[in-house]
Amino acid sequence: MSDKPKLAQYWASSCGGCEIAVLGLHEKILDVAGAFEIVFWPCVMDFKYADVEAMADGAIDVCLFNGAIRNDENAHLAHLLRRKSKVLVAFGACAYGGSMPGLANFTDREAMFDWIYFHSPSTENPGNVRPEMRTTMPEGDLRLPRFWNTVKTLEQIVPVDYFLPGCPPEAGSIEIAINAIVSGQLPPPGSVIGSDTTVCDECPREKLNKKVKRFYRPHEIIPDPNICLLDQGLFCAGIATRAGCNARCPQVDLGCRGCYGPNEGVYDQGAKLIAGIGSMIDADTVEEVEAILDTLPDPAGYFYRFHLPQSLLRRKALGNGKKQPKTEPVAATR
Amino acid sequence: MSDKRVGVYVCHCGHNIAGTVDVEHVAEWAWGLPNVAVSRDCQFMCASLGQDMIEEDIREHGLTHIVVASCSPHMHEKTFRGACERAGLNPYLFEMANIREHASWVHPHDKDGATDKAKALVSAAVHRVLQQQPLEPLQVDIRPETLVVGGGIAGIQAALEIADAGFPVYLVEREPSIGGHMAQFDKTFPTLDCAACILTPKMFDAGAHPNITLLTYSEVEQVDGYVGNFTVRVRRKARHVDESLCTGCGTCWEKCPKKVIDTVFEAGMGYRTAIYRPFPQAVPKYPVIDTENCTYYQTGKCKICEKFCPTEAIRFDMEDEYVDLEVGNIVLATGYDIFDARRIPQYGYGRLANVFTSLEFERLTNAAGPTEGKVVLRDGVTEPRSVAIIHCVGSRDKNTNEYCSAICCMSSLKFDHLVMEKTGAQVYNFYIDMRPIHKGYEEFYHRILDEGTQFIRGRVAEITDAAHSPEEEGKLIVIAEDTLIGRQRRVPVDMVILAAGLEPRADAQGVAHMFGVGCGDSGFFTERHPKLDPVATMTEGVYIAGACQGPKDIPDSVAQGAAAAARILGVIFRKQVALEPIRASIDESRCSGCRICNTMCPYNAISFIEELSVSRVNPALCKGCGTCVAACPSQIITGAHFTFEQIMAEIDGILVDVHTAPPEHTAVEAV
Repeated sequence: MSDKPKLAQYWASSCGGCEIAVLGLHEKILDVAGAFEIVFWPCVMDFKYADVEAMADGAIDVCLFNGAIRNDENAHLAHLLRRKSKVLVAFGACAYGGSMPGLANFTDREAMFDWIYFHSPSTENPGNVRPEMRTTMPEGDLRLPRFWNTVKTLEQIVPVDYFLPGCPPEAGSIEIAINAIVSGQLPPPGSVIGSDTTVCDECPREKLNKKVKRFYRPHEIIPDPNICLLDQGLFCAGIATRAGCNARCPQVDLGCRGCYGPNEGVYDQGAKLIAGIGSMIDADTVEEVEAILDTLPDPAGYFYRFHLPQSLLRRKALGNGKKQPKTEPVAATR
Repeated sequence: MSDKRVGVYVCHCGHNIAGTVDVEHVAEWAWGLPNVAVSRDCQFMCASLGQDMIEEDIREHGLTHIVVASCSPHMHEKTFRGACERAGLNPYLFEMANIREHASWVHPHDKDGATDKAKALVSAAVHRVLQQQPLEPLQVDIRPETLVVGGGIAGIQAALEIADAGFPVYLVEREPSIGGHMAQFDKTFPTLDCAACILTPKMFDAGAHPNITLLTYSEVEQVDGYVGNFTVRVRRKARHVDESLCTGCGTCWEKCPKKVIDTVFEAGMGYRTAIYRPFPQAVPKYPVIDTENCTYYQTGKCKICEKFCPTEAIRFDMEDEYVDLEVGNIVLATGYDIFDARRIPQYGYGRLANVFTSLEFERLTNAAGPTEGKVVLRDGVTEPRSVAIIHCVGSRDKNTNEYCSAICCMSSLKFDHLVMEKTGAQVYNFYIDMRPIHKGYEEFYHRILDEGTQFIRGRVAEITDAAHSPEEEGKLIVIAEDTLIGRQRRVPVDMVILAAGLEPRADAQGVAHMFGVGCGDSGFFTERHPKLDPVATMTEGVYIAGACQGPKDIPDSVAQGAAAAARILGVIFRKQVALEPIRASIDESRCSGCRICNTMCPYNAISFIEELSVSRVNPALCKGCGTCVAACPSQIITGAHFTFEQIMAEIDGILVDVHTAPPEHTAVEAV
């Protein structure tokens, strides 16, 4: 054992991109390897959960935790790593805001399983198999962790020291975080490591007066490379998204997707996008507003793509799935 | 936070609040809210006793923040802010919880629920007030010039009052002459004096007044600025007549060969020429060329007016001009439109020749009108033997306008008299209710009854020319239920007059937006308070007078014109006005320059600073409406007095458990 600070990294419900992002540091990864002793990183090295359980509490100096929490296993590891780590970092958009897995909060477990295992056009399931928490086989019981109705962020499960946004976090952001940890020059606990302005601040495109008659999908027009994408009717979440990525997507003609989450002090990125996008609609009548909004497909997905579990909405109301009876307007009596 | 000391005052408002809300309990319970150092209930907080109590508590108990739970802030926010100020506390450290309109009045049958709600509202106010910051009002200078928009009787009155007090007025009128609708009328009710005889002296005074600059045939195109310092752009439409040379001799319109139906002043009843003056007493006296109908503008030939003009005042090449005016206050007196009776097709207006509107009849009976005052049918010669006057056309009707147009009862009675006087015809009135409500009106109604007019109570179903019997042949048949005898009636008449209602001007919405005032459900401009502040608007420095605020007759319009003038003179004499410090501000170090807010501001208070790539709010223009605060997607615009922290604290406060027991507290002696 060396006296270098001990680093752990873990993925919960995520795509694996955050793991790749760390490798995206290229040769700087060697500095990381040189500066830290890696004690847990299931993606690249062979460790068992039992190894972590055997550690003393607080034995890990820094744990980079990526992925959202959507089942008992995710939550177990979140609690375990919190206990074992001095500094716990919610690494990437899923751990920070719920991100793509969090869009499952627009539906519920049963509806999701029904679709995935039975009804989706690409499903082939002749045996009508459906995942169960316990399956009895001749050799014994097989167990799966309990799958939750609601996707949560890491902070909704355990206290988190720092948040590193991004899907995945840009190499530059990771570098800043690692350097801060190594040098001990850390911001106050609870901070989001990043800028306190929005992507527009880093975007070189010229901003115009933001009035649009319709929205376009990326394949529908070839945008002017120098003018703000929103001014051209292309959806861009940069107006309501924390800066720190150097406006990577807008710089290659692609609207910001919002992966760095809400700006400093904002509770609900989706609400801010609704306010911002709503303010741009150049309409005189209600019908015209509706027509313009119809050119923006899946607004809930656009506005809450990276942030739904952390937003003020959290999720779609869990009900019995029944539609509320529509009240008929009472006929006016004379 | 610990050094903050909040005083909570729960008002009984007599029985208005205490009849439903358990105010003593609310005051007891409020002791448990954060930082509350004093909590009391009081019969009438707005009375001097209540205000004195606040002042003494601030001094005695070192209160740093005040919450009054009573009525709407519209009613008494100013009162309690004043009390705080007198005791040396910044008035913006005061917050009001509305437990009357929002609790007792809306839940009169649920005392427990109303009490719970009152507690939640008090809690919200306490949580909020702890976040409030002292603010200082903005002092701005008041320019002495006033803009009056609309040269009808209300606008003329306002202009004359201000000008007579010695201050300059710009009077802008869209038509070639001032005078408005009143200039079209023959007689005025209930005195039957001649409208022109009482109006034209005022028109002349306005035209000749050294302090009044008349801008007729002109329209306001743009308004910027704020109370005391408005900049107004006025488009002076080209008259094509040089006013410095024209003497108003009338040679041009006597010689002009092009005759056009006059749909404005003559309401379609008469003709005018292409170069015209709307009526003989017009102020100013100069004519205008109607380029859409003038032969020269259509074919390039004619120029007869130019040939005959003795002073060579005709200017075919004249173009619209723009003038920018700097004014301190604005009166909107833009008047009304007459309801278009074609919208009720069963009354046959536009289809049945002898169905007239009230404005058409005004021209018919006017001695200066197209028939020289003879009441005749559309053929121009036949006197009617019988006339029906239909009340409430386009008023008091769910299909058109729900409101009462206020003037039609009286103008119909006036028509009754004029028809009988001039033709001796039998007159039938079809009415819903008679509403002769002002001084001398009821007496006038009885006079008309005594003169022999018939009154049939019932809304007219249809006016038709389909005869059912020989005596109906060639007549208009008015079909209505006579609700007093409970029978359908068919009344054959020669002439029908529709007492068309008053409507907001067709462009009222646009004008309202330009001047930053509101329009109510019916489309008329909204006053600041329907009872206590009828001529001010929610935009400081912009006042409304006359029928643009709602249907009204001449005396009411004159009274409002004078009232608006009095309000403005008060402001001018003060020389300065304090603006609410509730303003938006942009944290420029964090603004990313996305420009979402730039076009959102209804007051054009936000500008984009290119060099810095940030947006900036002009605090003197900002009205604190909060539109940009909500729109800013990066949340770096703050509305003073409505900050993110204050609103969140208010929400936290309203969500507290209101069923906790009132805490033990040290009794505070009554003062």
